[in-house]
Amino acid sequence: MLTLECPCCGVKADETELQAGGEAHLKRFGPGASDEEFDGYMFSRKNPKGVHFERWRHSYGCGKWFLAARCTATLEVFGTYPAQTSAPPADLIAKIKAKRPTWEGYQ
Amino acid sequence: MSTRLSKGGRLIDRTKPLNFSFNGRRMAGFSGDTLASALLGQDQMLMGRSFKYHRPRGVVASGAEEPNALVGLGLGARFEPNQRVTTTELFDGASAATQNHWPSLDFDVGAINNSFARFLPAGFYYKTFMFPRFAWKHVFEPIIRQSAGLGKVPQERDADRYEYAYAFADLVVVGGGIAGLQAALQAGRDGKRVLLVEQTAHWGGRAPVDDVEIDGKPADEWVGKTIEALGKMENVTLRTRTMASGLYDHGYLLAYERIADHTPGDDRPRHRLWRIRAGHVVTATGAIERPLSFAGNDIPGVMLAGAVRDYLVNWAVSPGDRTVIVTNNDDAYRTALALHDAGLIVPAIIDARTSAKGALPEAARAKGIRVLEGRGIAKVKGTKRVTGVSVCTQAGEGAELEFIACDAVAMSGGWSPVVHLWSHCGGKLIWDTERAMFRPDGTKPPTGDDGKGMATAVGCANGALTTDEVLADVAKQLGGKAAKTNAVAESPIEPVWIMPQGAGPELKMKMWLDYQNDVKVSDVQLAAREGYQSVEHTKRYTTLGMATDQGKLSNINGLAILSDSLHQAIPATGTTTFRPPYTPISMGAIAGEARGEIFQPLRRTPIHEWHDANGAYWEPVGLWRRPYCYQRPGESVHDAVNREVKNTRAALGLLDASTLGKILVKGPDAGKFLDMLYTGVMSTLPIGKCRYGLMCSENGFLSDDGVVARLSEDTWLCHTTSGGADRIHGWMEDWLQCEWWDWKVYTANLTEEYAQVAVVGPNARKLLEKLGGMDVSKEAIPFMEWRDGTLGGFRARVFRISFSGELSYEVAVPASEGRAFWDALHTAGQEFGAMPYGTECLHVLRAEKGFIMIGDETDGTVIPQDLNLNWAISKKKADYLGKRAQERSHMASPDRWKLVGLESLDGSVLPEGAYVVADGVNSNGQRNVQGRVTSTYYSANLGKGIAMGLVKHGPDRMGEVLDLPGDGGKIFKARIVDQVFYDKEGAKQNV
Repeated sequence: MLTLECPCCGVKADETELQAGGEAHLKRFGPGASDEEFDGYMFSRKNPKGVHFERWRHSYGCGKWFLAARCTATLEVFGTYPAQTSAPPADLIAKIKAKRPTWEGYQ
Repeated sequence: MSTRLSKGGRLIDRTKPLNFSFNGRRMAGFSGDTLASALLGQDQMLMGRSFKYHRPRGVVASGAEEPNALVGLGLGARFEPNQRVTTTELFDGASAATQNHWPSLDFDVGAINNSFARFLPAGFYYKTFMFPRFAWKHVFEPIIRQSAGLGKVPQERDADRYEYAYAFADLVVVGGGIAGLQAALQAGRDGKRVLLVEQTAHWGGRAPVDDVEIDGKPADEWVGKTIEALGKMENVTLRTRTMASGLYDHGYLLAYERIADHTPGDDRPRHRLWRIRAGHVVTATGAIERPLSFAGNDIPGVMLAGAVRDYLVNWAVSPGDRTVIVTNNDDAYRTALALHDAGLIVPAIIDARTSAKGALPEAARAKGIRVLEGRGIAKVKGTKRVTGVSVCTQAGEGAELEFIACDAVAMSGGWSPVVHLWSHCGGKLIWDTERAMFRPDGTKPPTGDDGKGMATAVGCANGALTTDEVLADVAKQLGGKAAKTNAVAESPIEPVWIMPQGAGPELKMKMWLDYQNDVKVSDVQLAAREGYQSVEHTKRYTTLGMATDQGKLSNINGLAILSDSLHQAIPATGTTTFRPPYTPISMGAIAGEARGEIFQPLRRTPIHEWHDANGAYWEPVGLWRRPYCYQRPGESVHDAVNREVKNTRAALGLLDASTLGKILVKGPDAGKFLDMLYTGVMSTLPIGKCRYGLMCSENGFLSDDGVVARLSEDTWLCHTTSGGADRIHGWMEDWLQCEWWDWKVYTANLTEEYAQVAVVGPNARKLLEKLGGMDVSKEAIPFMEWRDGTLGGFRARVFRISFSGELSYEVAVPASEGRAFWDALHTAGQEFGAMPYGTECLHVLRAEKGFIMIGDETDGTVIPQDLNLNWAISKKKADYLGKRAQERSHMASPDRWKLVGLESLDGSVLPEGAYVVADGVNSNGQRNVQGRVTSTYYSANLGKGIAMGLVKHGPDRMGEVLDLPGDGGKIFKARIVDQVFYDKEGAKQNV
């Protein structure tokens, strides 16, 4: 059972306090988007063995959504950050790169 | 015979005798006994029957790894099957009964399987029950069901209570042997918050049994002093009878404390499940001895050498006058010496190694014990009890060199570190050829959230063999200085997986690997011959390691045999996966307090108690309880619903609608936000008015519905379904926090702030006017508008909305005044025929009007267009959640099933969920379908069944008659009709 630090209230929260929300940084496609674009937004999800960016909500705490960078294989947590961003912070990417030199990086 | 010696026994208190019963027979033991030691002390060697062949079995081990001696413990509401006698502490009045035999333990008809053993090899089931196909259901399955399962299922409700507890620690040390004690002491001195858990009731592990001296003091004394020192440290917590069951992600450790197993009925919780978050875990879990594989190694009286020593030293139990030792390592010599020192006879030590010249063998020789080198046991003689062993050369094929009469055999095939916790969360193992064991690979520990190791294995659990090694290992890994012990050098083990190594099929069929499941050397070899290469497949094919001991005793032996058969090294075969729990934990502990009334939280409306006192027939709605109907004395549920349905349309009905979701959405961008959330337009809604709205998922499917009221320039109140309030509030927050975070909008879930009552029926206005305080006339509050005011002195917000087609007001009052308001409505409403109504009446009334219900007409695959709700979808808006999805080709297809009314030709009620069949069959040979029933009720107002359903091209097929198969081959005939069955013009609500 994971522990993740909520960047809003600073609590190292137990997984039972959290709600998982799937892949982070999806770009929404609405009316006017092509079938391919919408299909990608709605259904295509990354499923890496390794570094992954996810949405979590501190639902039994402050109620805020936040984002987490995590290794799906070892469950190492590289960092958490507020949800109000469309890409991971540069310092977090640098930190992951240092720990996982072969990581292809965030696209 | 096994017996109690007159002296010794470090754990028993002879001044405190205890009585217990075994298969109805009265027996006696001492305080400090386990059930196993007490039974052995009374010469009860036979303790069970094996699962498959019903072979007589005695106890083989002294701890958690015991596979044979399982009993049904306790009586009635405290009965529990499959309890290991070795881990059951004796208490006065204990009652144990053996399992898996008929009619008795001594004479078991099922033992006939033993005679047919050669016809019941590995994979017997898979091979036999394939053909003919019909026989599975009618012949094989009934027979297998009869013989399946071990022990009896308890028949009464559990009399005990259980609980959860939570703990946090910098370091959790698992195992209270000398390694764990030293580790805890070191960490305690370093100022860490330490939790030390030990699965038995005693500290010290094996060291006190093995005559160990630490710092020149006997182990018992050292243990006592260490516990005293730990007890004085405020940062250290000690817990015995607590088994660490599993290590999970990020240092999450589950532990199982058996608080009152040995004091039943003393009002304490029986078990406690600890949920521990550990900064780091030290596994000082020791090692488990392996049996040797020789013919007849399962006959009662054949025990692990370490267990024989335990019974002798801890509980003063002699396994018999004459005990033969058989070994491939030096440690078993300690058993020989202990037996000899207790005045018992060791006729011979049979050592498979060609040379045994270490300090321990020499000590045995010095005491005059015969040591046979390079020898093995060809066969154990005896059936329900060992009578002797046939000695052979280990290098040979089993020809008898000598027969030695004896009462017991103490065997040792070496020790396997207990690596379960280490392995649960990904710690890797290495095969140590020198020591013939899998031990933790210190460079590949399980890792935590920081990517660093979260566990450290120390002592015997890390592969140490002598006490010097154990304490040096702790010092090396955790710091501090290692104490000196009286350990002697031991000469290396020689792996022996089959005894004798050239044994033929006759012998191998009697060499047991998995005792409980009756898996033998011959079964594993057969599996290998039949092509099983993976150890995980072999396990499932042969059932090796699948018994309640989960392979603790002899999985290593089994995979060594498999490796040998596959001509590969042991590490190439690997181990099966170690999974929690380490030993079985009770279902009660897993459930904890979550039973009965507090199984889950219950949400009660402010009017809940009134319902309860007035005949409510409850229905769960999420965590709420809502009255389905209110039964009067002598009235059936069905009759009550019909009465409520009629009365509400004819006079006046009152519904507790407090569970309805109420979410406040406020802010400069609230209108823009709601226009994205709902399919319709909410931003243009005038203040004081209400509008029905639909919410869809991004996938286009209808997710929730409800009436939205605009309260002020920047404030809207969104009603949701009762079950959907929390979900929709979360949905709103998700979009506001993660997508449109720059929009200025706040939300608040006010569901529990208000009590809400629907006042429904022709007399609704009369009742509110009688209460008085605000104008509720048609002109003052037109349909789909709301007003604030007072009613009978209560602060009220009155919504003129209707889910029934009647004249209807929904009145919200502060939750704290809800019950008083409800009472006032009832009192004042008597003259108007007021009656409460429940959820089923609500459903019938809405179905009569053809209104949809989320969860009935929708199931996550239905879009609003399917339900002919296009009128509630804005054509002008550029975007709303779900809009793009609804433009996809199959969503816009005219072939989608659409909502219609359905009316059976004979007036009966159509079956719920029934399918509308079409001509022909699909590729699976099933009837083609063209629709299904979504709602179906008996309408008391119309005197017939009414239904709604989704039917392909439905609205274009009015009047057509459809076939709907029901149970038992009955075909219902139903006509497609308009979905509004009652008051099509809406005359009744518009007054």
